[in-house]
Amino acid sequence: MSYRRITDPKPTPAIRFTWNGRVVEARRGDSVATALLLAGVETTKTSAVSGVGRGPYCMMGVCFECLVEIDGVPNRQACLTPVADGMAVRTETGAPDLDGAS
Amino acid sequence: MSTTGQDVLRDLIIIGAGPAGLAAARVAGECGLDAVLLDEQAAPGGQIWRAIGAVSEHRPADLTLFGKSYAAGIAALADTRAVEVRAGAVVWQIDRKSDGWRVIFSRDGGAAQVRSRAVLIATGAMERPVPIPGWTLPGVTTVGALQLALKQSGAFPVGRVVIAGSGPLPLLLGEQFRRARIPLHAILDTQPGGAFGAALPHLPLAGLGAPETLAEGLTLLRARDRSGVRVERNVEPLEILGSRRVEGIRYRDASGTHEIAADHVALHEGVVPNTQLTRLLGLPHRWNEAQRCFELEVLADGRTALDGVFVAGDGGGVLGWRAARASGALAALSVACDLGRIPESAQALQGFAPQARLRGERRLRRFLDALFPVPDWLRHVSDETILCRCEEVSAGAVRKAVADGCMGPNQLKAFLRAGMGPCQGRMCALSVAETMAAARGLNPREIGLAHVRPPIKPVSLDELASLHEEAKP
Repeated sequence: MSYRRITDPKPTPAIRFTWNGRVVEARRGDSVATALLLAGVETTKTSAVSGVGRGPYCMMGVCFECLVEIDGVPNRQACLTPVADGMAVRTETGAPDLDGAS
Repeated sequence: MSTTGQDVLRDLIIIGAGPAGLAAARVAGECGLDAVLLDEQAAPGGQIWRAIGAVSEHRPADLTLFGKSYAAGIAALADTRAVEVRAGAVVWQIDRKSDGWRVIFSRDGGAAQVRSRAVLIATGAMERPVPIPGWTLPGVTTVGALQLALKQSGAFPVGRVVIAGSGPLPLLLGEQFRRARIPLHAILDTQPGGAFGAALPHLPLAGLGAPETLAEGLTLLRARDRSGVRVERNVEPLEILGSRRVEGIRYRDASGTHEIAADHVALHEGVVPNTQLTRLLGLPHRWNEAQRCFELEVLADGRTALDGVFVAGDGGGVLGWRAARASGALAALSVACDLGRIPESAQALQGFAPQARLRGERRLRRFLDALFPVPDWLRHVSDETILCRCEEVSAGAVRKAVADGCMGPNQLKAFLRAGMGPCQGRMCALSVAETMAAARGLNPREIGLAHVRPPIKPVSLDELASLHEEAKP
């Protein structure tokens, strides 16, 4: 399931960023969270406890479900971050894997 | 990093550029205060006026879609004219220095601090979390989230969208969807039966006190009735169904238990103050029984128990945007008077109209509190319901902790980690207080809320290392 945009006669400039390596198109003014939802991405992070997928709930920065890794920096709130050209966004994986640990 | 130039003490730091913060900025500018306005969003407007600048410039046709209250934000944008605005600034600490207050925030990959004689916290409110089984599934959002996506990007969910909740916001969203021709699968109205009767005694004063707001509400109700969308009334939502994402919702109403398919569920049970910053400062909060939430004890004219700390807007008690404009102005007038920039007579004169506005909106609030009471089912959720989303702590686990001797939310952190995840209790504080209170046979005011420690937003070591003193440009 996805989000769609109301047809806009004068759309803002297109922005391209990557989500887990694949190119996603967005528009200037979108937050990373909204851009992902528009691209059909509903799971921004996996829970640190059980690993289940979570997606944006509040879209205003209080629920912390939209946490993603942006340009190598984790724990970024996607709903508070405007999209920018060339951004590399990745799923925030709950508890990190320590090399060699089970 | 090195300190550049002199460390300057500003007059006022306003945190939050919603209706209250913007009004405060305008008055601060008019009174000649050297003020800085910080906001974590990309542009001023807060939640209700999200993306108002971009919409009025690039998508003006959408203004009629969002309604008059949204369009009122256009004029408010000019409020920033005489203050320094820093958008994208995420405040994570406030502390007191010898000559004033220090606010620390992250911005553009680094952290910075600004010091001032006074701080005005105008960080607003949030929707009350609605813990029901399945509420953590992807595809479940707040009603406000859908509104924000629509404002920010013209984006809406496709498929079968179900609104489950009650209050002014779901009515407004339903109408906005209707105007935009976005299909709504069903509205599950959770307003308890008999609420209108209970609210009726407050209606006359509400009508006198805030006629425009009341009229808006009635218009929205009529529009919903005429819209043809399926509305089920007196609903108690039981469970959001689905394994990987939302697939449906099960609910109970007067005629029994039902299930409908859904692709998106938007929840809403009222709005509560965002108290992270005010609790970080250790300010006293009290329990609001009518709204079932904790709110800051605000003294007159925006003052708090701390000298130099002021609060305005919904963060000090939910009264809506018109009241926020008034309290923002009043708080800025208090600051200006305290700093000797305006005489008390000017403060009283300019404060006259905002005070009247506040009185009127308080009368409306009594009506709305009675009309949309917090439903009982929200206070007595099933054992399997997740209360703390971040740490996946269920209501049953909390009840067991109470049975094992856990007395309050601070202790609960040690028992179960509830409140220790990324959101730091924003999503679970109220429901934990209700659940622990019910389990202990007490009122939530006797349970209280957990301590809030800095940083109140995630901070990287890079940002900490880059913290530097501000020099005035």
